[in-house]
Order: sequence, then structure tokens, then C-alpha cells
Amino acid sequence: MNAPLTPTTLAELADAVRSVPRVLAIGAHTKPRLCAVAPEVTLISTLGLSGITEYQPDEFTFTALAGTSLREIASTLEARGQYLPFDPYLIEAGATLGGTLAAGLSGPGRFRFGGVRDFILGVRFVDGAGRLVRLGGKVVKNAAGFDIPKFFVGSLGRFGVFGELTFKVFPRPAATLTLRLPVTDANAATQILTAAAGARWEIDALDFLPTADAIALRLAGPAAALPLLATEILTRFPGEILSAASADALWADLRELRWTFADGPLLKLALTPSQLPALAATVRNHAGKLHVTAGGNAALVSLPAPIVSLGLPALTLRGPGPLWLDAPTSPAIVAAVKTALDPYNRFPSLAA
Amino acid sequence: MSSPVAPATDPVRFLRRLGEILPPARVLAGPAQLAAYESDGLTAFRTAPLAVAVPETQAEVIALVRLCQAEKIPFVARGSGTSLSGGSTPVAGGLVITLNRLNRILRVDPAQRVAVVEPGVINTAVTLAVASYGLHYAPDPSSQSICTIGGNVAFNSGGAHCLKYGMTSNHVLGLKAVLATGEVVEFGGASREQLGPDWCGLFVGNEGLFGIALEITLQLLPRAEVFHTVLAGYRTLEQAGDAVSAIIASGLLPGAIEIMDALALEAASAAVHAEYPPGCEAVLIVELEGPREVVASQRPQLDALIAASGPVEARPARDATERAAIWKGRKSAFSAVGRLSPDFIVQDGVVPRRRLGEALRRIAEMSRADGIRCANVFHAGDGNLHPLILYNGTEPGALERAEMLAGKILHMCVEMGGSITGEHGVGLEKRDYLAEMFNADELDCLHRLHHAFDPLGLANPGKMFPDGTAPALAQHGLHPLEKAGLISRE
Ligand SMILES: Cc1cc2nc3c(=O)[nH]c(=O)nc-3n(C[C@H](O)[C@H](O)[C@@H](O)COP(=O)(O)OP(=O)(O)OC[C@H]3O[C@@H](n4cnc5c(N)ncnc54)[C@H](O)[C@@H]3O)c2cc1C
Ligand SMILES: Cc1cc2nc3c(=O)[nH]c(=O)nc-3n(C[C@H](O)[C@H](O)[C@H](O)COP(=O)(O)OP(=O)(O)OC[C@H]3O[C@@H](n4cnc5c(N)ncnc54)[C@H](O)[C@@H]3O)c2cc1C
Repeated sequence: MNAPLTPTTLAELADAVRSVPRVLAIGAHTKPRLCAVAPEVTLISTLGLSGITEYQPDEFTFTALAGTSLREIASTLEARGQYLPFDPYLIEAGATLGGTLAAGLSGPGRFRFGGVRDFILGVRFVDGAGRLVRLGGKVVKNAAGFDIPKFFVGSLGRFGVFGELTFKVFPRPAATLTLRLPVTDANAATQILTAAAGARWEIDALDFLPTADAIALRLAGPAAALPLLATEILTRFPGEILSAASADALWADLRELRWTFADGPLLKLALTPSQLPALAATVRNHAGKLHVTAGGNAALVSLPAPIVSLGLPALTLRGPGPLWLDAPTSPAIVAAVKTALDPYNRFPSLAA
Repeated sequence: MSSPVAPATDPVRFLRRLGEILPPARVLAGPAQLAAYESDGLTAFRTAPLAVAVPETQAEVIALVRLCQAEKIPFVARGSGTSLSGGSTPVAGGLVITLNRLNRILRVDPAQRVAVVEPGVINTAVTLAVASYGLHYAPDPSSQSICTIGGNVAFNSGGAHCLKYGMTSNHVLGLKAVLATGEVVEFGGASREQLGPDWCGLFVGNEGLFGIALEITLQLLPRAEVFHTVLAGYRTLEQAGDAVSAIIASGLLPGAIEIMDALALEAASAAVHAEYPPGCEAVLIVELEGPREVVASQRPQLDALIAASGPVEARPARDATERAAIWKGRKSAFSAVGRLSPDFIVQDGVVPRRRLGEALRRIAEMSRADGIRCANVFHAGDGNLHPLILYNGTEPGALERAEMLAGKILHMCVEMGGSITGEHGVGLEKRDYLAEMFNADELDCLHRLHHAFDPLGLANPGKMFPDGTAPALAQHGLHPLEKAGLISRE
């Protein structure tokens, strides 16, 4: 494999894409499987493209270069009382903003206000023809042109190389409170996930923990209100309020994927709560671990060894094995759109 | 590449084959029948189509699109025709496919909090169907009691509650559609998460240029338990704008922040008999919502912020009836302006929120200079302006002058770093301004994508894209639609 190209300006990024026949952008390489491609593909590291280029707290928006670390973004936003509510993963591991969009991974906080797709507003990117273009907008609301920025969520770098991204942000809730609700099995977990998600409490995060013995339920809002809500929730679902320190540790461990096997595949799945019991049984049969987030709508599965099927479509984020498990066949439009954005087939296919 | 409308091979044969798909009662072709479909909410544009098809099933819609594809006849999907940008204006020589009879709510899953609906379902019908489960469908365009989910999807429609909840696309989880090529695709599903690129996100907002949505999976949210809605009147628009800034800076995240100016208030009070604080140049509507404990603790903070912003009067809604009255006044504003003027254009530009005051000042100056009245209703929390430009269509040149003012306002929005449309779409009306937002490479990228979905340019041609912007278009020597007589204005 060639040494990665390391552009430091957006113009250099476009040059880099044009300079080689086959390329893939990478960020901090926190999701190596998504970056693993055939040897003739030259990698472009975006780490030299770093920094917040525009931040207007009163607009609820910021714009940053693709290689900017989430760590820098999170701390800059926090200093102004704001945050990215979708709780991106691997902040401490160094994940970049561009990699987060391309991987399409949203953490537990996506439960309340939505995931990456609900916060991306605009992208300046290099298409497969090597042209630097900007689509979407820099304001919180914009309906002009097709929503290519949203399309890029989960696009794995296969349709364009991002140079600069604009996101919407929200004011950070004044306080959070996490409840731990023990459950005996995945059926019981599903029941709580479903009942709590439809309730009046405006829950911030609702996860079935990798220990498979409890639901973590996070509330966020004014400090005075949260204990009142928690008391009511605990009368419906027995459990306990975690101390701030144990709550922080719990969410940080999930965010940094500390519960996963060091080797072996890490997979992402989209599901509905009703599919959870069957998935949990399959994972247990393979001696794996499971973190279910977004109220039972997304799961990360860590396995000790590769397998071929979990019974639901899955994307491999890390470790050995094929990129996709049980992927549905692509309609013809997928190839047509790939050709439209990447006419010279510079980027690897989504299939590999 | 954008809208190379292939010439109709043979309209007579097309109509005959149309008759094989639908019974005669569901093919409208007489001049009187077609008249009702000649325009949409932007009445300045009128075109008679070749025919209007009234399918009742998804299979019929698919057959119609495949027929159009085979016969190279352009088609325009139509919901309730409330588009304010000319999006559902027919194409001359083309077919209108009206989707109102595909109005079944196919599935409501209260546990997963989703509803699967056909495109002709009316926006409010979704909330009505799920209210008994304590759920609601969040996007709430002012036209929600008549517009369809299909139209909302095509335009990525917004509403008063976008600040907190986003637009239509933030609530569409899955889609089944027949693309312009005749291919039937399914994107997304019932999960709130997805793997791979966000095809649903790409489809929403396509303005009818990719194909026809047949089935839409919508996310539902628990209905907020309580609301705290405040209406505050201000001497000046600036004061109202400053109040918005103070609320945003406070860290509160209201469900909605709306402003109406004096002319809009005059119209609304006449239409719905609302009484607004007298002598005000602007009224601000702010709404907190959530669990009662949360609203109770945020309410004093909001009330204090508003009190400090120097209103003439601040009126919190004391009950659900008063809240409904506040929203009725706001949501009726567009139609109410019809009482002030025989015709008007609703604009939809976006500016950075902190420049709202400046934008409103400049709109007032331009409107004064041009001698054209302009009412303002806007989603202040999003910086999304809705200037209503009043004119009398029977006066020669009045429409042109109104459009010139509209153009100047759009130009200003782009110059301020905003957008030409926040939620009404580009349509016919703003297609000439798309090139102000995007350069030639960017337009080319959009054209390529469009071409991938619709290589023959049959789905709603002539909308969104300015003619002649695509290098490929120019090279292929295609004519602008207006010149080709596909679109005409009266
Ligand atoms: C424990 C843990 C393990 C994870 N493992 C993985 C994993 O193995 N694989 C994974 O994908 N995610 C994984 N994730 C999620 C991932 O870390 C984050 O979503 C993300 O932010 C990655 O950022 P990065 O800069 O490290 O991206 P990278 O890992 O460098 O790249 C991720 C994807 O994004 C693409 N990409 C990166 N930058 C750009 C750009 N500028 N333009 C276009 N495409 C770009 C790459 O081609 C690749 O497909 C993991 C998360 C956790 C918590
Ligand atoms: C009084 C009034 C108030 C309004 N307030 C708002 C508001 O607050 N916010 C807002 O965003 N908009 C608003 N609008 C604009 C309008 O109501 C929306 O754009 C709405 O989504 C249009 O829905 P419709 O069913 O009338 O669609 P139509 O006008 O019939 O069609 C709109 C577009 O959608 C396409 N289309 C329709 N159905 C389908 C389908 N199934 N598949 C693919 N394409 C399809 C059409 O081809 C056309 O391009 C308002 C309009 C009026 C008249």
C-alpha cells in the first residue's frame, strides 16, 4: 500500500483525490474495518485538515474541517454550553468529525433528538471527479438542492471525501441523571425499552447494557425536575439512581467501546425493540456481547470470532470478517448514484 | 442533464394506454376537469396538462410511471396542490398523477412509535390516528390540515416546531418509491437507525424529481405533556428580535419561536378575530413543552427573559383553548393576508438568526422603496423568513414588480449566508436563484445526481433547476422549458 497522502488545505485535498486513480479518505482510523481496502487504493489522511473554521453559538451551528477531532469539538462546544446531542463514539480514541459522518455512528444520546443525520447541515467535499463542492447550507434550515449531506451519513467514504462539515448543535441540558433498571433477560429489557420510550418523561438515552442485566436510562434537563421524574420512573420500573461518578463512567465506557473484545469483529445493526430478544439469543449463542442503544433501535455486537450471520443486516466496524453481513441486494439506483458522484470509480465500492 | 424532456412520442397512443390502466372515470382530460389542476398554491403559474390520472393503488401508480417512461411522457406527482413554489404545477403535454386517493394509514405500531402511510394521507390525519396512544407526528406546516405526507416528503416541509424537532426528513424512517425509471425501491425501515448511506434522507426534499413516494414510514413522538405558550407584543421588530436572541442565549430550547409583524397581525386579527396587544409592530410567540416538572422549572426563566425584553404586554396562554387560539392566529396568517390583497407571493428565505433584525429592516426599506406592501411572518428561531409580498394581479406589471422584490429579498438572504428556501422548496418559482447559492460545479453535481434518478428527465421537469445551468444541458442543445412552451405564465 502507498503511504497515505496528507493534505493540509482543501485545495490540497482536491489535488490529492485527483492525483491517484483509487483513493479512500481516513480520519483517525478508529474504525479500521471501514478503512480496510485493496492495496492499490491510496489512503488520504484528513488529520492535517483540522480546526473549527466557524462557530456561532447563537446560530446553533459550527463548521469544522473534516479531520478535526471530536475531542476538540466537544470541548469547544462545552465551553459555550452547547453539545452535539447524538453522542458520537470514540471521542477519547481520537475519532474525527469526517469519520463520524462517514461511519454514520450515533451514540446513546441519539435517542432524544436523533442521530448524525439529524444534525448534519452542510458538507464541502471532493467528488470523484476531483472537484471541491459545497452542498447543503450553513444555516439551521435549508431546503435548496438535494440533501447530499444527509446521504453521506454512513456512506463510508465511498461517495466523496469530506473536507469541511457544518453541524447543528443544541444547548447542553443543565443536568443529567442516570437510572439503572435491572432486568432478568432481553424480553424484560424490551418491555422496559418500549414502555419508557412512549412515556411522558422526555428520556435522553435508553440503553440495554452489555452486561445484559440492566437498562440504563438517562434524563437530561433542569436540575430541579430530574429527581421528580426519576422518582416516578422508579415506581414503575424498580432500580436505582446512579451517582454522578458512576453514571459518567458508565456512559464513557460505552462511548469508548471499552466493553468490547479486543480482537474479533465489532458490528453495528439497525433494529426495532421487538427484534431484540432474538438478537440477544443469537449473540449469546456465539459467546458475544451486545450493547443496545437508542431505545432498542441500534446495536453494537462484539464477538470473540467471526460469524456469517446474526439474522439481521450488520456492518463490520472493526476486526476480521466481511464488511457486511446479510446485506440486502442493492437496487440499480445505488450503482447509478455511485457513478454520478464518482464517475471514474476512484472510491472503493460500498460492498467491500 | 436536468430536464431533457423527451418529446412525447404519441399523445393519442399514450391516452389509449392510460385507459388500459385506469377506468375512464379516473382519467381526467377535458378542459373543465383539467382547470382545477392548472396551478398550485403559487397561482401565478398556470399550465394545462395533457391529462390527470387518479390512481387508487400503489400498483396503479407504478404502472402509470412505467407507462410514462415507455412513452416518454413527463409526469408531475400531486398531493393537495398547496405548494407555494410552483412545485406541483403541471407540465404541458404531461400527465398529472394525483395521489389523494392513496390515503390509507397502513399500519400504526404504538410500541415502535411508527406509522406507515400512503402518500395521499393528510398531515394532521397522522396525528389524529395516533393520538389515542399519546403519540403525535411532529412536523406541522401551517397547511397541515390539507397538505399530504407525499407533498411534505417531496419538499421536506417544515413548520413552527422545526427548531427543536427538525423538518420532515428528520421524521421519515423508511420509504417505498417508484423512481422515474420505473424501478421500485425501499429505503430505510421501521428502525430509527440505519446502515449504509442515508437514502431516505436523500429522497426527502427531491421536489418530485426522483419519482413518486408510495409508502412512508414516519416516526412518532410522545405528545408533550404540557405546554407553556407566551404571546408577547413589542413596539418594534428589533425588540422582538432581541427577545429571540436572549432566549436562544439562555440555553432554553423552546419548541417554537415565531414572530408576526404589524401587517400580518392586522390580517390575522381580521381573519380569526384574535385580539393582539394594540400598537405593536411585532408579536412574538414562544412555546416551551415537555414533562410538567421540566416546564415548571423552565417557565420562570422564560417569563423573566420576556419581562426583561420590554414587551408592551406578555400573555401566557392559561389553558389549552388559549394556546389553540394563539396558534390558530399564527397558522392562519398566510391565508388571512388574502383579505388584505387579491394576490400575494409567500417568500421563504433563510438568514443567520443573529441577522434577522437587519434582514427585516432591509426588507422594509426595499418594500417602501418599491411601493409594495410586505407582511412578515417568520420562524424566528430558525431564521426562516416568510415575507408575504402583496400585489394586485389585475394591475399590469404588478406581478413582475412583486417578483422583482421577491428576487431582491432572496438575493439578500444568499448574501447574508442563508438560503433561498427553508421549507417551501425551489420549485418553479426560485429555480433561477439556485445558481446564486451553488456554483457551476455544485450545480453539475446536483444535475448528475438528478440524472441518475431520472435519465430521461420525466419526473416533474422544469422544477428546481435553472434552465441552461448544466453544461451537459447546453451541449445537448436543449431548450429552456418556458421557450419550449412546457411552462407558461399568465
Ligand atoms: C470502540 C469503537 C470501535 C469502533 N470501531 C469502529 C470501526 O472499527 N470502524 C468504524 O468505522 N467505526 C468504528 N467506530 C465508530 C468510529 O470510531 C466513529 O464513528 C468515527 O468517528 C470514526 O472516526 P475516525 O476519524 O476514526 O474514522 P476512520 O475510522 O478513520 O474512518 C471511518 C470511515 O469514515 C471514512 N472517512 C473518514 N474520514 C473521511 C472523510 N474526511 N471523508 C470521507 N470519508 C471519510 C473512512 O473511509 C471510513 O470508511 C467505533 C466506535 C467505537 C466506539
Ligand atoms: C396556507 C399555506 C400554508 C403553508 N405553510 C407551510 C409551512 O408552514 N411549512 C411548509 O413547509 N410549507 C407550507 N406550505 C407549503 C405546502 O403546504 C407544502 O409544501 C406541502 O408539503 C405541500 O403538500 P401538498 O400535498 O399540497 O403537495 P403538492 O403541492 O401537491 O406537491 C408539492 C410537491 O410534491 C410533489 N409530490 C407530491 N406528492 C408526491 C409524492 N407522493 N411523491 C413524490 N413527489 C410528490 C409534487 O410533484 C410537488 O413537487 C403552505 C402552503 C399554504 C398554501
